[in-house]
Amino acid sequence: MTPPPIAKVSSDTVKANASGLEPATFENTAFTTPKPLSESTVAILTSASLHHPEQPGFEPRDTSFRVLDPTRRDYKLGHWSQDVDQVGYGIDYNVIFPIDRLDELAADGTIGAVADVHLAYAGNQFEVAGIRMDSGPEGAKLLLDAGVDVVLLTPV
Amino acid sequence: MSTLAHVLEEAGLATVALGSVKAQLEGTAPPRGLYCDFPLGRPLGKPADAEFQHQVLAAAFAMLERTEPAIEEFGEAIADEGELLACAIPPRDDSDDHPAVAEARGLRPAYDRTLANHGERIGAFRLLGPDDIPGAIQIFADIADGANWKEAGIPGIPARVVQDIRGYYEVAAISLADHTPAAFEATRWFLQETEAGKAIIGARQQMREQGAKQPLWQFLITGAGIDPDEA
Repeated sequence: MTPPPIAKVSSDTVKANASGLEPATFENTAFTTPKPLSESTVAILTSASLHHPEQPGFEPRDTSFRVLDPTRRDYKLGHWSQDVDQVGYGIDYNVIFPIDRLDELAADGTIGAVADVHLAYAGNQFEVAGIRMDSGPEGAKLLLDAGVDVVLLTPV
Repeated sequence: MSTLAHVLEEAGLATVALGSVKAQLEGTAPPRGLYCDFPLGRPLGKPADAEFQHQVLAAAFAMLERTEPAIEEFGEAIADEGELLACAIPPRDDSDDHPAVAEARGLRPAYDRTLANHGERIGAFRLLGPDDIPGAIQIFADIADGANWKEAGIPGIPARVVQDIRGYYEVAAISLADHTPAAFEATRWFLQETEAGKAIIGARQQMREQGAKQPLWQFLITGAGIDPDEA
């Protein structure tokens, strides 16, 4: 049986589709001036639905977060959308979660330290009120309590 | 993603948000946003390229010197050249099973090799395990051949099941390829070159003709492969 033709899969098409989604907007932009990077503790926050094997995966529309341990490397990609390349991450987790790169920057003194905790949320959300009002502030408090100064946010 | 940058900054954390979709980054306007014109799924640009990843990080962290909100663009883009993975699919087993099922069984050693070399970070783990993949493919092959999709026994939401099948194939592809595949290179191979891909595309067409609700058949493949005329 010959299947019907489909349009060619293209990163450009994915990005064009995503460009049409209504972005969340903010009336005012908060701005925090950090201390020097060489004195800052840096964390990663990703929206790629990463999680450790023993942690529950992310359901669609899941606004909760998972805490990632920087001493481990067993981060599973739990993103639900089919619109992302996953092979790059399968080869090298640093392409989404550059924890090895942060370790190198800490070793050469570019950053002060790598945080003890990092966070993962689920991107591809159409309703962000839960993240904006609840799980986002909760994650921020967790990072502040862990002594984090700077957060690098990586999408999927 | 950029929403969280606003939330964290409000709480007293300094942030830099990477963004791969320019309109989204500009629309949400995080305090510091670095637009990187890279494929989705690769926000640091290039897997297994520490030097390039450090260049991205250097550009991102340099934005911490700014004294007011800004969006910048990283100096190098990564275009999708439309590569189609060329790799030899291992011989199918000698059973009388559907070609797609036999193909999936033949890929299992490659799947296991990738996990041994790279860890189980992607693949078949959301709803199915690797042992479940051949059976799931048989179900989509049956639908493609005309079986009623509602009665065929799809073991979960169809798109999620297909995502595990695709993951299984793409994990295997990592070991079959002689290079680091470009973004979507293995996805195109899966959909265009494999028997499983053909079965899923055929099942998708059948589900549509059988009156399944549009999201159930449409999202069996990535939206990047959907013909605008059918959506």
